[in-house]
Amino acid sequence: MLALMLLIRRFEERASQQYQAQKIGGFCHLYIGQEAVVAGAVAAVREDDYIITAYRDHGHALARGISANACMAELFGKGTGCSQGLGGSMHFFDKKNHMYGGHAIVGAHVPLAAGLAFACKYREEDRVTLCFFGDGAINQGAFHEALNLIALYKLPVVLICENNLFAMGTSVQRSTSLKQIVDRAEGYDIPGEIVDGMNFREVRDKLSEIVTSIRKDPHPAFVEIRTYRYRGHSMSDPASYRTKEQLEKYRLDDPIIRLRAQLTREGKLTNEQFDALDKKAKETALASVKFAESSPELAVEKVYDYAYFNEKRS
Amino acid sequence: MREISYRQALNEALAEELARDPNVFLMGEEVAEYNGAYKVSQGLLERFGPKRIIDTPISENGFAGLGVGAAMVGLRPIIEFMTFSFSFVAFDQVVNNAPNMFMMSGGQFNIPITFRGPNGPAHQLGATHSHATESLYANAPGLKVCTPATPRDAKGLLKTAVRDDNPVLVLEAELLYSSKGMVEPPDKELLIPLGQAEVKREGGDVSIICYAQTVPLALAVAAQLEEEDISAEIVDLRSIKPLDETTIFNSVSKTHRAIIVEQDRPFCGVGAEVCYRIQKNIFDELDAPIMRVSQEDVPMPYNEKLEKFVLPNADKLMSAVKKVCYT
Repeated sequence: MLALMLLIRRFEERASQQYQAQKIGGFCHLYIGQEAVVAGAVAAVREDDYIITAYRDHGHALARGISANACMAELFGKGTGCSQGLGGSMHFFDKKNHMYGGHAIVGAHVPLAAGLAFACKYREEDRVTLCFFGDGAINQGAFHEALNLIALYKLPVVLICENNLFAMGTSVQRSTSLKQIVDRAEGYDIPGEIVDGMNFREVRDKLSEIVTSIRKDPHPAFVEIRTYRYRGHSMSDPASYRTKEQLEKYRLDDPIIRLRAQLTREGKLTNEQFDALDKKAKETALASVKFAESSPELAVEKVYDYAYFNEKRS
Repeated sequence: MREISYRQALNEALAEELARDPNVFLMGEEVAEYNGAYKVSQGLLERFGPKRIIDTPISENGFAGLGVGAAMVGLRPIIEFMTFSFSFVAFDQVVNNAPNMFMMSGGQFNIPITFRGPNGPAHQLGATHSHATESLYANAPGLKVCTPATPRDAKGLLKTAVRDDNPVLVLEAELLYSSKGMVEPPDKELLIPLGQAEVKREGGDVSIICYAQTVPLALAVAAQLEEEDISAEIVDLRSIKPLDETTIFNSVSKTHRAIIVEQDRPFCGVGAEVCYRIQKNIFDELDAPIMRVSQEDVPMPYNEKLEKFVLPNADKLMSAVKKVCYT
């Protein structure tokens, strides 16, 4: 999982560089700093469990097993991308790996998560749906309606609020009437917990416990995972709404450094081993840029094939 | 053939599709224990049970989105809006999530969902409850929109919608739920393809292109016109999207005169689109400018006299016919 967190970090650094080089269009929201959240979450579930998230989705896609090549190609808008270059940064999908997006309207995918979990319950499967969203989503109507439905129908969803303290530039204190986000869950009679999102092991262990309990008896759960994004909301955001001191405080508590220290202390990781993992992550990220650059785009007339299923017009 | 109501036809369509495919379920406000606000789902809870006929709280955005999510993994939800005026609360799910998923996932996730419910102005329900939503939804690529006017079309189109692998809106005509018509017996499968208009009455002098609640209006006017020796052809679009250009063009090429009568408001409406297509494709066939009869472009008033004034009606249609026939 350290390898995954390093891959996300190095991939995002490359994505940032390529965005600045104008190889990537549109919006681009980086996940750097939050890696332990998704790494811990995927470590707690099976490969056939469902994952759905918002627009800051590169890390989730990589964690779900989508290749760095397919992710970078998507950012480049290429036909080899995980959504064939038709979705872009905010719309990463992969049916095979049970990655259900990549959704860019804040809060609007929480009802979709309810639907994914509804289908599992309808078919009497023991899959769990992990629904990730940011602290900005918790004040949207769709979020509230979905939570009520999820609780009412006892759907097997883990609602994962990645609280990185800011909804774009608006801090939680300025957007939310509650002192702590997890209390939203209480309003719907959903059990909620706060988890340290800079600590991979804590995320993994807490979610494992929750997922095990859901598999036995379908029900929802809510976790507020406290994390921090090092970069701005998107590439165009200098993040002047927060202090350098705050950013530095979190950087010292970096999830990768923390996991490295834990493993080193336990004698499970040498400096050489860490360097090798990091080197591999950097190489994979760099190779993904080369792959994306050399990949073809879809022919323009293909656009007509993606308005309706099974109605090819090109 | 036997005579049943529009409501009964929809009920049969739902029951047949629920019985045919275990992936189909019906969800919405009051659809189960109350048997539907308009009794379209009468008896379905008893027959199919609470797993498949599901009451929701008043949360259109939530349950429409739940349907889209369930459709992503292969269920075939039928989502009832108590009226399409309430679908605006779920607009984001209907126009942003359902039709865009296929494109933005690079063709991985199609959304086989049916949104259905009454649509169009009824009687004195005031501005918020009187919306005709067809032109709004037909504007979103990825959606299909149909507007049955008869019990037979209601049954056949709804069944086709449920089997379609894309999001389809079945906009039922609120004022026509109790209307009756001839429909094939239940043991005969009735599927009416989307995108096929039907000539409801043949005529040679003028084509009146209509749909949903304006079909009975147009038929009544045609009967009146006959007394004045004007022979009107009534083309019921049945589907707004896809639009059956062939049937429209064939009719207008025969009569050389076209009027579109729509239950919706005029601005950027169905009539505008049909008008554009006629003049672009068969301009030389036209002997008169194309006319359009629509609602007045104002929010719907409650007052009965004012409401009647705002809606398309026989007088307005009659006067349009006289204009294009130069009589």
